[in-house]
Amino acid sequence: MNPYEIRKLFPILDQEVNGQPLVYLDSAATSQKPAVVIEAMEQYYRGYNSNVHRGVHTLGTKATDAYEGAREKVRKFINASSTEEIIFTRGTTTSLNTVARSYGGAHVKEGDEIVISYMEHHSNIIPWQQLAKEKGAVLKYIPLQEDGTISLDDVRATITDATKIVSIMQVSNVLGVINPVKEIAKIAHEHDAVMVVDGAQSSPHLKVDVRDLDCDFFAFSGHKMVGPTGIGVLYGKKNLLEKMEPIEFGGEMIDFVGLQESTWKELPWKFEGGTPIIAGAIGLGAAIDFLEEIGLDHIERHEHKLASYAIEKMSAVEGLTIYGPKDGEKRAGVVTFNINDVHPHDVATVLDADGIAVRAGHHCAQPLMKWLDVSSTARASFYLYNTEEDIDKLVSGLVKTKEYFSNVF
Amino acid sequence: MSFDNLDTLYRQVIMDHYKKPRNKGMLEDGSMTIDMNNPTCGDRIRLTMKIEDGIVRDVKFDGDGCSISMSSASMMTQAIKGKDVDTALAMSETFSLMIQGKEYDDEMDLGDIEALQGVSKFPARIKCATLAWKAMEKGLKE
Repeated sequence: MNPYEIRKLFPILDQEVNGQPLVYLDSAATSQKPAVVIEAMEQYYRGYNSNVHRGVHTLGTKATDAYEGAREKVRKFINASSTEEIIFTRGTTTSLNTVARSYGGAHVKEGDEIVISYMEHHSNIIPWQQLAKEKGAVLKYIPLQEDGTISLDDVRATITDATKIVSIMQVSNVLGVINPVKEIAKIAHEHDAVMVVDGAQSSPHLKVDVRDLDCDFFAFSGHKMVGPTGIGVLYGKKNLLEKMEPIEFGGEMIDFVGLQESTWKELPWKFEGGTPIIAGAIGLGAAIDFLEEIGLDHIERHEHKLASYAIEKMSAVEGLTIYGPKDGEKRAGVVTFNINDVHPHDVATVLDADGIAVRAGHHCAQPLMKWLDVSSTARASFYLYNTEEDIDKLVSGLVKTKEYFSNVF
Repeated sequence: MSFDNLDTLYRQVIMDHYKKPRNKGMLEDGSMTIDMNNPTCGDRIRLTMKIEDGIVRDVKFDGDGCSISMSSASMMTQAIKGKDVDTALAMSETFSLMIQGKEYDDEMDLGDIEALQGVSKFPARIKCATLAWKAMEKGLKE
């Protein structure tokens, strides 16, 4: 795969920022969108905008076909057994909240345990925190190894027969580490707990197979995988989803409505109250087509290569600390770092003057920041449209940042 | 890269306050404590103030953050120390207008603080500059 050819398919990348060609290194926050995704949504709005599952008219049928067609694309993309297991949501956060409130609300009792890890994103911490508080359950954290990875021994030591839910991110948005969620799911199941996987950072970058992982729930967002914002997915095993109650009630999700009682539609629609995110789902479908045409295996290899290259070049900058494993093969395209004596916000501002977009802050992972013993960090994240040249520009920007800050004092 | 634009942000006097913060630390008892943080970036400040007869007798800050937030805190403490509460609040209002690039009363002597004027050209950094001032306002209005 040639990232220079791929770049041309993303209109936004062809621009100058602060007089310099844009170097976009913030894809872990949100990825850019190729023209085909933007056009798919535009075609819907210009050509066949209509509500789904209602109309007898032609546009309504076209819209329904496109919306349900996108669901089938998602099913294939993560290798689920049936489209009944694919629920469209607003994003990973909504997906995880749905599991916590619906499954967790019904199954977690006082004294039960919920197990997560120290590296989780806030969206995979707070829904469980709230559930634990409400039920009088215990929220437990799997500790991290020195290099920021999770050891299965620690997983075994943390999960017990009192554990009802285990929820772990597949790829860390800070450390870039790829967690052994398949093995963790196995351990969770030995204790009759369900396994939830936060796939926000994995679905864009590596081939996900929910049946191979044998996870019970899998959550991800469209906007991190070249799709639009506002659309995400909750995958759940059919036997679990069937027994779960919806958390949102209203139009679209009902079967019969009486004055005092109502019944719900079958799966997956009982979880999709209200007019769904039609354009978003169509955009996500186009994004999946786009990624699959390039091949997730090629994207994954490209990112390992960029991560390895970035770690090598950045390690040569004096006073720069990289967090997480130093082996690029062990991580997705995320490199989080700090420079001695320069605060990450200042790093990000100076790089921005050079047209380079990086993230600075706590990356929605305050417990992890505490574990790393830092208040904030800078993060460069790469995707299929990034090149080694982008990383060279980042490194020279970092050297200049250091020089600038030693000169202004 | 042209650093000209950056130089309007990172003025010498700002860097001086960042590297050698004034009034850093905590006041002992008999003073009020205000904790504030910027949840989007993790910057945090603890401000302690001793108010007597409507006058800010003493003030110190502690915290963790970028050059803009910490230098702004240092300058703020320097500016309000010894001032009466109303003057301190008026300064805060003037500062808020200045940092947003709006018209402000330039009769008021803000001293070193005017160096932060360049922040208005960097919208992403305005919240860094206002953190300590918001803590001060919260304390004085209580």
